[in-house]
Amino acid sequence: MRLATGAKASRILGVGSFQPERIVTNDELSQKMDTTDEWIRERVGIAERRFAGPDEKLVDMAVMAGSKALANSGLSPSDVDTVILANCTMPTQIPNGAAQVADRIGIKAAGAFDLNAACAGFCYALGTASDLVRSGSARRVLVIGAEKLTDWVNPVDRANAIIFADGAGAAVVGPSEEAGIGPVVWGSAGDMVDMIGMTAERHIYQEGQSVFRWATTRIAPIALQALEAAGLQPSDVDVLIPHQANLRIIESIAKKLRAKGAREDMVVADDIVKSGNTSSASIPMAMDHMREAGRIKPGDVALLVGFGAGLSYAGQVVICP
Amino acid sequence: MSEKPSDTEILEGLAEIVEEVAGVATEDVTAEKSFVDDLDIDSLSMVEIAVQAEDKFGVKIPDDELANLKTVGDAVKYISTNA
Repeated sequence: MRLATGAKASRILGVGSFQPERIVTNDELSQKMDTTDEWIRERVGIAERRFAGPDEKLVDMAVMAGSKALANSGLSPSDVDTVILANCTMPTQIPNGAAQVADRIGIKAAGAFDLNAACAGFCYALGTASDLVRSGSARRVLVIGAEKLTDWVNPVDRANAIIFADGAGAAVVGPSEEAGIGPVVWGSAGDMVDMIGMTAERHIYQEGQSVFRWATTRIAPIALQALEAAGLQPSDVDVLIPHQANLRIIESIAKKLRAKGAREDMVVADDIVKSGNTSSASIPMAMDHMREAGRIKPGDVALLVGFGAGLSYAGQVVICP
Repeated sequence: MSEKPSDTEILEGLAEIVEEVAGVATEDVTAEKSFVDDLDIDSLSMVEIAVQAEDKFGVKIPDDELANLKTVGDAVKYISTNA
C-alpha cells in the first residue's frame, strides 16, 4: 500500500477574526442582574463583550472569520482542502458546522468536521491541522474557533452571563520548510468532568473556585511542556496567548512562566477585557486583535494554551504569521 | 516542613501568603480576622491562598473545606490539625 507524502513542517499562513457589532458593557448587565462593573472587572477582568443578534449564527461568524484568515494568508478558497471548526455551541447536533462553512467560503468538497474540546478546541484543532498537513492528508487547512455562547447561558445568571460572549477566530495552516507549529501537548481530566457542564435547563455552569484552582495550578505546567516539546526555553517566548477565560488566570499563568524564566517584556494576551470569554474562539481572536494592534509581529514566538470543559487542555508553540 | 509547625509559625507563614496574594500587611493578618469581611479577600484569592498554604505546610485544603475557613484562626487550626 502506498502512503501519502506530507510536508516537512507546517506553519500558520494567516489569521482572521470576527465579532458581532453589539457591545455589551458591565453597566448594561448590572441592570439585569445583581452585579456591578467593579465586581466584574475585579473577578474576571472583563470591561465589555460582544453578543450576537438573534439572526447571527455560529456558522455566520465562522464564515466571516475564516474568510478574513484566508484573505490575510493571500490564498484563495481553492488553495484549501480541509476545514476544522472547533466549537461547543452549535444549535444542532446534525448537521455539523464545518461543511456549510466550507461551502459558503467557496472551498469545494472540503474535508470538513467539527471538533469539540470546549475552550481547548482551537489548540486541539490547530494540532490536528498541523499533523494533517505533515502527514499528507491535507494540503492546507482552515482552522476556525467559533462560538455563540449566549445561546447556552442563562441571561440573568450572574456567575456566567457576565463571562461568556460570542465571536470567531481562524487560522490557515499550510506546508512550510521550517517548523512554524510545534508539537501539541494535549490531555484531559475526565475525572473532573462535573466542574464545567450544562444544567438540566441546558445552561452552562461552572464550579468557579474549583475551575480557578485547576487553571491556576495545572495549566502553566502544560504550557511549559509545550515549550519543552518544541525544544524552546521560557525566555524564547515573545507572546503568551492563553485561552481568555479570566484575566486573573491569565496573569497567574504569565507569573508562573516568568518564574521559570519567561521575559518581563513577554507580551501577554488580554483580549478578554474587550471580548469576554469566547471559548474556542478566544485564542485566534486574541492573536488577530494583537496583530492588528501591532502588539505582535511576523516571526514572533507565541505560546498558546487552551483549557476548559471536559476537562480538556492543549498547548503548542507557533510562529506568528 | 519536616517538623510540625507551631500555631505561631503557621500564622506567620499564612500572613506572608496573604500579603503576597492580596496585598494585606502581615501585621493585619491576625487570628480573629475574617478573610472576607475584615481583610476584603475574595473567593478567587482564597483559592490562591489555599494553594500556596498547601505547598508551604504540606496539607490538602479542598474547596469544600475552604468554604468553612472564615477566619485566619480557622485556617491556622485547620492547617495545624491536618499538617
